[in-house]
Amino acid sequence: MPGLHTIVCLKVVPKSEEVSVDPETRTLDRGNARSEINGQDMNALEAALDLKDTYGGRITILSMGPPFFEPFLRLGLAMGADAAYLMSDRAFGGADTLATSYTLAAGIKAIGGCDLVLCGEESSDGATAQVPPGIAEWLDLPQITYVSRVQVMKKARLLRARRQLQSGYEMVETLLPCVLSVKLGINEPRFLDFQRWEWAMEEAPVTVWTAADLGLDEGYLGLPGSPTAVSSVGAAPSAQRRGEFLSGTPQEEAQQLLERIRPLVRLS
Amino acid sequence: MIEPRYGLQEARGIWVHLEHEDGALEGVSLELLGRARTLADQRREPLTGVLLGGDVQPLAAEAIACGADTVILAEHPLLEPYTTDPQTKVMAGLVLEHKPDMLLLGATPNGRDLAGRLAVRLRTGLTADCTDLTIDEKSGLLVGEVTGFGQGILATIECPRHRPQMATVRPGVFTRPQPDPSRQGDVRLVPVELSEADQRVRVLRRSTSKGVDITQAERLVVGGRGVQGDFALLKKLARLMGADVGASRVAVDQGWVGHDRMIGQTGSITRPKLAIVCGVSGATQFTVGIQDAETVVAINSDREAPIFETADYCIVDDVFQVLAPLIDALEREKAGKKG
Repeated sequence: MPGLHTIVCLKVVPKSEEVSVDPETRTLDRGNARSEINGQDMNALEAALDLKDTYGGRITILSMGPPFFEPFLRLGLAMGADAAYLMSDRAFGGADTLATSYTLAAGIKAIGGCDLVLCGEESSDGATAQVPPGIAEWLDLPQITYVSRVQVMKKARLLRARRQLQSGYEMVETLLPCVLSVKLGINEPRFLDFQRWEWAMEEAPVTVWTAADLGLDEGYLGLPGSPTAVSSVGAAPSAQRRGEFLSGTPQEEAQQLLERIRPLVRLS
Repeated sequence: MIEPRYGLQEARGIWVHLEHEDGALEGVSLELLGRARTLADQRREPLTGVLLGGDVQPLAAEAIACGADTVILAEHPLLEPYTTDPQTKVMAGLVLEHKPDMLLLGATPNGRDLAGRLAVRLRTGLTADCTDLTIDEKSGLLVGEVTGFGQGILATIECPRHRPQMATVRPGVFTRPQPDPSRQGDVRLVPVELSEADQRVRVLRRSTSKGVDITQAERLVVGGRGVQGDFALLKKLARLMGADVGASRVAVDQGWVGHDRMIGQTGSITRPKLAIVCGVSGATQFTVGIQDAETVVAINSDREAPIFETADYCIVDDVFQVLAPLIDALEREKAGKKG
């Protein structure tokens, strides 16, 4: 029996601490921000690698974004993934979650489907968590979101997962294929494998697809495929705070603090 | 453009998806009803609560008392507990039949799970995790305010041509309305057609507890990355001063405390009189969750941490070195009172 074929959706995001608002134009200035693979997506990739270690099979990385994403996909290949596809086209630009999930779902179909789609629960920049359920809906597959643990019973093609609830958790199961979104920090992503490094950087297959390559309907892509529109971007009003710095030894700081907040404390 | 499922002219009314757990409506659903009541009055349109579940009729009265004109009840064993497929199928059917103008959901794990799937089935726009909802006077459009990443970024998002205009809102963003038991409303029980084939994900077991509701806390002691997993002193201080314990996302993702204690964009929005924030760096995603606190204390060993820009009292020092004498002083006072 062949192993699992897992598709991991990866997004490259600007390091959030390096993004700022341009005070003149009040728009996002990502110019100087360095990029990284979205943290949750690294956890999704590690979960896929872990399943591959256990059951064999292969991992395909899928991403939508500009050409500069490619070296990041190669990092994923060096970690242990087998192939990568980058959907890169100006027509994909400005996509909201409806258009993004449509495009990624089309990519998954073009790859030829898989046993399991693994995503991070959300991206650190958009943070909507809407793309994984969106992909599942476009593909008409079951979805399990906010997953912290995965177990596959390969013979039965059954997947069990532990999923976050507002006030607890639940154990759920479904048949493969399905779409999962995993929570940030559920595992420790491994270091890249130096034996794979040269292969990943030079020989590994990274296929770049445009909308035309897949014959996609432009009405479903990018801005035209996005029902939502950003109507304003600006700096958040900052609350007026005293900003008083207390100093001295920790004991003195604690004493000064207590004098200031004592009326707000109810001893119990 | 993606073809909308129904036209702007047909769309009417505001819907709130009413989430429930252990036989009670979620706080965020009540908060949404309160806000949606204001928006519905502004639009002069009806407000409808949608309740899906096994036996949820008893919850309808509270929804009406909190502002709903009508409650649509869909009852079926496959709607309880929440799973994606049956809830999406029933919600999508109801939306396409009644054509609401807006549909609001709580940004809980299940609310976001449903909203994300439903928006694609309905081919419409969804704004996630709004920190405010208003209606543009001129266009009549729903305007969702969201905080962006990085420091201090605020954006508004609209959905001009697709209906329903969908949005999710975090717990604690809006205040809970005072229930008015004398309010009158309709309860409409609708037929539900579901079969086993409609449920592809099965729940094997669930573990839920009546979690802490930090949105209602008057005092909070909050821990972040800097406490390195050690919440013992924070809990002790919280007990002493009648506070609840909250946490940044990092602390929750590390499993140091439960999800119900998460503050910020991905957790709850809180409004305490006093928040003592320990070892939290203070990215916007966190600070939106305490910006309405009356007094904020920040303790962090990093002088450059942005949390100090949003605090009233700032201490640049080791969290535990400061908490220990603070706890000592409060304990002495307490003992003195008793003696």
